[in-house]
Amino acid sequence: MQSSNGRHRDGGGGSESPAERHEDQGEYGTASREVRYEDPWYDALASGWGEVDGPGAPAPVPAARTERDAAAVRARDVYLEVQRSAAFQEVRSRYRRFVVPGFAVFFTWYVGYVVTATTVPGLMARPVAGAVNVGMVAGLGQFLTTFVLTWAYARHARLRRDRAALDLRWDTQELTRGARGGES
Amino acid sequence: MTGRHQTLALLLFSVFVAVTLGITTWVSRKRRGSAEEFYAGGRLFSPMENGFAIAGDYMSAASFLGVTGLIALFGYDGLLYVVGFLVAWLVVLFLVAELVRNCGRFTLADVIAARMSERPVRIAAGTSSVTVSVLYLVAQMVGAGSLVALLLGRTSEAAQAWTVIGVGALMVIYVSLGGMRATTWIQIVKAVLLLSGTVALTVLVLLRFHGDVDRLLLTAADRSGHGQAFLAPGLKYGGSWSARLDFISLGMALVLGTAGLPHILSRFYTVPTAKAARRSAVWSIGLIGGFYLMTIVLGFGAAAVVGPDVVRASSASGNTAIPLLALDLGGGAGSTGGTVLFAVVAAVAFATILAVVAGITLASSASVAHDLYASLRRPHARQRSEVAVARTSAVGIGVVAIALGLLAKDMNVAFLVGLAFAVAASANLPALLYSLFWRGFTTRGAVWAVYGGLVPALGLVVLSPVVSGSPDSLFPGVDFQYFPLQNPGIVSIPLGFLAGWLGTVTSDEVPDEAKHAETEVRSLTGAGAV
Repeated sequence: MQSSNGRHRDGGGGSESPAERHEDQGEYGTASREVRYEDPWYDALASGWGEVDGPGAPAPVPAARTERDAAAVRARDVYLEVQRSAAFQEVRSRYRRFVVPGFAVFFTWYVGYVVTATTVPGLMARPVAGAVNVGMVAGLGQFLTTFVLTWAYARHARLRRDRAALDLRWDTQELTRGARGGES
Repeated sequence: MTGRHQTLALLLFSVFVAVTLGITTWVSRKRRGSAEEFYAGGRLFSPMENGFAIAGDYMSAASFLGVTGLIALFGYDGLLYVVGFLVAWLVVLFLVAELVRNCGRFTLADVIAARMSERPVRIAAGTSSVTVSVLYLVAQMVGAGSLVALLLGRTSEAAQAWTVIGVGALMVIYVSLGGMRATTWIQIVKAVLLLSGTVALTVLVLLRFHGDVDRLLLTAADRSGHGQAFLAPGLKYGGSWSARLDFISLGMALVLGTAGLPHILSRFYTVPTAKAARRSAVWSIGLIGGFYLMTIVLGFGAAAVVGPDVVRASSASGNTAIPLLALDLGGGAGSTGGTVLFAVVAAVAFATILAVVAGITLASSASVAHDLYASLRRPHARQRSEVAVARTSAVGIGVVAIALGLLAKDMNVAFLVGLAFAVAASANLPALLYSLFWRGFTTRGAVWAVYGGLVPALGLVVLSPVVSGSPDSLFPGVDFQYFPLQNPGIVSIPLGFLAGWLGTVTSDEVPDEAKHAETEVRSLTGAGAV
């Protein structure tokens, strides 16, 4: 990630031309300030490019980039443009706002279950009713939460993302076609 | 074991083999063999069909035979396995299914290589995909061998060897002639058969105990000789700290590995859209969850009805618990009911193995042809020739799997599967997640993530008690055991993620802004998806 280039290589990594870097910072900086996410990836990019102020010589921009024909460049710009659009940011934030906490919940619950089962088997052996003990209840609880989260995810995606994503898909494809068509 | 039930079981086997070969020839009748057709079956399966096929791909002999055997022998500790197998699907559903469908074409490497310098990433991801697939294949082969040996009533080396060879030959035929379309239909048929068989057995177990689950559990605990301890964790993974850590390690591998299994990922390419991929994942979670709930009943049922001692006497690793349970539920050896039920279950298990190996063989031949061959030999190979390579490599993978299957024939199937999951979680998942979600991920990061997970995972197994240094090892005579755990996941998964991060922050490559935008936009909207 750009920011980690900066952060971890400590100034050695100003690796794009200053002008471009500036541009990026402006666009992404604003975008990410509008919507805050809890995931580490996003946080890192929010800290921005501009902080990289080291003396290091700019690494050469990948050659492929300059060799690309104009149409391809425009098609690439389409994706950048869509990525910056409010509509896409909204879809992405809806996705992440569901998936990140959802993942955290079930993963913690699962790891907690496995670690408890292996380290404190006595707790799991505690009887609840008849032959059923805490371990059985927890195990079936894992099944239950899996089913519930599956349902919740599918419902969330259907109601909150599908429509917007489909619109974006057509828009993007229109734009890409336009960019490519303009060339040929 | 009477001659009658052998004949009946062999008859059912033959029917299934005939039906699947019929499907294969019917499907390959008038196809021209494009890559789209061979790898993805034309991408027009419905979510329900694909959901059944995914379930058929995933519910392996390891679950049906291995895990029920573990529950029958060790009680609750077998159940821990099952939970991991199911919860793993949330990782697939949340993070992988839709995004991979949108970004990729045929293989895992398609997704990772999209943003990177293609060649090294493809070679790395292709190598790890093939490794995972071969490990998983060996597990299925071993399951087939032990099943048929039991069925034929003699544990002769020759019978097991011929079974492994036969399964290998069949899977090569399915895959190289029928491609994804035949494989999918075989998996659907198998899923229906397996689920019906499991439902029938579960109902019979519950009827035997008059629907009283409590009594089922108590009887199982009684017969196990461990009492209440049978119903609590600790019999297999209790005791020493290395045994406990081993289980935590396995648990991590199970829950994170599924999302990195190449044959599961490639199934999402057989539906037209990401929405269909999501719906097929939902279908499969329902089917798989129901199946695993039933395997728990069957595992404890085998302990209660057959008894762990009998199971252990038949197969030390417990792989034959279910066929023995069926024999007993039907009325015991020699009775007609027992004969029929035993034969049906054996045939279903055999069908399970065939369908799963077909799926894995297809995925690994796709990795060989689409990733490795295309990168190593001719960068611009024509599609037709790539499919020809895929068909040929299916044969090569078949030979390798047969050879390793013969070598590993005494290992517990569930352990081997756990190992495949560990490699998938260590090598494939970090690269996949980083490339989907990390803006600054670079080529070096991707390559390091793959090898940084793959090499430690395999290396630690070589140094583990599985290979040497204990009486149950592959090579009991020598001792180069330095790593105490059987499953490497707890060390190798973090190493995979760490290596990916390290490779990225140390590389000079500027992550391509526009390509990341493309990946992100495509993954979430489906723009430009094939």
